[in-house]
Amino acid sequence: MGMNRREFGKLGLTAAMASVAGIPLGLQRAAGQTRGGTLNTITHPEPAMLVTAISQLQPTLTVGGKIYESLLRYDFDLKPIPGLAQSWSVSPDGLTYTFKLFPNITFHDGKPLTADDVIFSMTKVLPETHARARPIFTRIESAEAPDPLTVVFKLKSPFSPFLGAFDCTTAPIVPKHIYEGTDFKTNPANDKAIGCGPFKLKEWVRGSHIHLVKHEGYYRAGEPHIDEIIYRVIPDAAARSVALEQGTVKLTQWSDIEQYDVARLAKLPHLDMTTKGYEYFAPHLWLELNNRIAPMNDKRFRQAVMYAIDRNALLKRVYFGLGKIATGPISSKTRFYEKNVKQYEHSPDKAKALLDEMGLKPGADGKRITVPFLVTPSGELYRRVAEFLRQSLLRVGIDLQFEGTDVAGWIQKVSNWEYSMTTNLVYQLGDPAVGVSRSYISSNIRKGIMFSNTAGYSNPEADRLFEEAATATSDEKRQELYSAVQKIVVEDVPIAWLLEQDFPTFTDKKLKNVTTTAIGVHETFGAVRFE
Amino acid sequence: MKTLASFLRHPAGVIGLVILTGVVVLAIVAPTLFPVDPWDMVAAPFEPPFDGETWLGSDMLGRDVAACIAYGARVSLLIGVSSTLAALVIGVTVGAIAGYFGGRVDEVLMRLVELFQTIPGFILAILLVATLGPSLSNVILAIGAVSWPQLARLTRAEFLRLRSREFVQAAVCQGQPPLSVVLRHILPNAVSPIIVTGSLMIASSILIESALSFMGLGDPNLMSWGFMIGASRSVMRQAWWMSVFPGIAIFLTVLAINLVGEGLNDTLNPRLSRKARAA
Repeated sequence: MGMNRREFGKLGLTAAMASVAGIPLGLQRAAGQTRGGTLNTITHPEPAMLVTAISQLQPTLTVGGKIYESLLRYDFDLKPIPGLAQSWSVSPDGLTYTFKLFPNITFHDGKPLTADDVIFSMTKVLPETHARARPIFTRIESAEAPDPLTVVFKLKSPFSPFLGAFDCTTAPIVPKHIYEGTDFKTNPANDKAIGCGPFKLKEWVRGSHIHLVKHEGYYRAGEPHIDEIIYRVIPDAAARSVALEQGTVKLTQWSDIEQYDVARLAKLPHLDMTTKGYEYFAPHLWLELNNRIAPMNDKRFRQAVMYAIDRNALLKRVYFGLGKIATGPISSKTRFYEKNVKQYEHSPDKAKALLDEMGLKPGADGKRITVPFLVTPSGELYRRVAEFLRQSLLRVGIDLQFEGTDVAGWIQKVSNWEYSMTTNLVYQLGDPAVGVSRSYISSNIRKGIMFSNTAGYSNPEADRLFEEAATATSDEKRQELYSAVQKIVVEDVPIAWLLEQDFPTFTDKKLKNVTTTAIGVHETFGAVRFE
Repeated sequence: MKTLASFLRHPAGVIGLVILTGVVVLAIVAPTLFPVDPWDMVAAPFEPPFDGETWLGSDMLGRDVAACIAYGARVSLLIGVSSTLAALVIGVTVGAIAGYFGGRVDEVLMRLVELFQTIPGFILAILLVATLGPSLSNVILAIGAVSWPQLARLTRAEFLRLRSREFVQAAVCQGQPPLSVVLRHILPNAVSPIIVTGSLMIASSILIESALSFMGLGDPNLMSWGFMIGASRSVMRQAWWMSVFPGIAIFLTVLAINLVGEGLNDTLNPRLSRKARAA
């Protein structure tokens, strides 16, 4: 508790400066209290909106996770734990799901949250506005509220991943009294972002910061611990590092800190670093190959690409060890991962042998074939990955010609199959039926839709196994089916899987309870506190 | 010969020529000096300069900064020279036609030049490359497209000055066709200022190319100085060498070309060079 005069003077000066800027700083925390305080952190890039039911880009989810809640949360093993629902049950036939809500839940405008709001969000709003929630919640046949605190969903057919879809990024609850009968996407209330989470929006100065304050009527006694959260917009990578280093911000997440800076900052005595809290997303980095066109339509070529890439070196040189080598379509962080699949160790000789077998002989300059490569326009990291891949493939005679484009152009080209090779980072979303099968099943080859089966892979046996695994009700049966399909898909290599990318979350040592669930920094932060 | 001797009496020009020769030699011997592909990751990432296996350190992927600079010299010189040639062809042709024929043709062509001159050159170059796609030929085209108006104006002014001279009139009276008059009588007398402006234009082309590459609009298959600086900008604090050395390369090359250009100006300008010879 002791604070000497010099420290106190510093605080006074900082407070004076902060009041000029109109942004409060963590004075209470600095004085050593365990309750209250201000959490300064970063949003990068600045979100376009905060309504997570409508936009699911990462910055929206990170900030919106404090504002909107859902029925469940998930521990690091992706097992459900109570959210807005204090208990839940599934009928033995796998068709009926019953949730009991906590009492006294209120929205930020003071109105109570009841089972009606839950049903309205799941059956009316999300199927219309939320691309990855749509295929899950359209499986609901009927939804009923026997009393204001009970919700009963009946499904058309069993779908075991259903219970995995109630985190605040997939199934945020929005107030029925505000959205009913309106156009959800253009409702003016979207600017106010009214949810039931522990924090509510106070002010958003575009280009500068988003200011969240405590929701006084929060249903969990004693939460939230801190008074306010300020998400600062800091576009420059070097400036973000400095802000963390000097303690201007107490928390960074996702890509806020560049890979090459992580090791240096992790050594600083005032910071903690963890790569936990991304299990639900389990981002999978891969080299996408357009299976429709030559030479990518030949399995031997795709296997050669796998053998040619030294993924260990990619992990060390480009990602500075932040990740793990991906062995197949399902991340080892997701359920139903199978490790006994065909292994593609780094072997340029095997790659060359396969290319020779295909009849792709090296020319005078050692090059066998030239393939266009669409460089993913998501920052310098992807550019470095592209350069790494080009050098790796050049060693076995595959010459990648880079093509540049902007984000809109990249999405258009990939989703309309107008590419040969590109890199992509795709989330696994807790269950293979939600986040994995979408990239491999032939029924999801849908032109113009991003994150569908854009590679154009089609194997009837894989289709059948993926479908059966999605609807099987026992976990043992599902594991068996997913293990079988992983072996097939890894043999076919429709996509060259590179890494299970890790993201660093940095916190000030005094900041506690940031990473407590599988969605980490997207969580509500009700329990986050300063020591 | 006289011109060369006069140029060699110009100290700044000679210094420029020496540096420029160095850069050209570096570009020529790059494959001998660094036999591996500059994109190859030959060392550990973030290796500081002057110790270890690389002379000027390695970049964030472990590429040799010295090799990148050597190969970057080829790109910079290639783009500088070819885009200037493109600008020369367009600019001199337009300027010659406008200045020789005058009247309505001149009127139309000069309005076209003004149109180009009202658009900020660099913005137009960005726009062209972003629209056409970043490739070597498009970058050359874009730089050429923003550089030619200056040359067109200069050539037109020279042609207007020479058009009414007696020797030109004489050639016209002898019945020589316009093309022959232009190429054999006017152009040779207008060439000095064009050479001086053209040489300075190489420098500005290299700068534009570096700026485009810095912004990620260069040909992604070519190692260029601007790209090196752009890619390592964010690691300035940890690894100064990745951006400082290519920066020095750009600085020296552009400075050298400017010095040579100035030297040429003083040599080819009859008044200045006579003074120098008298002294």
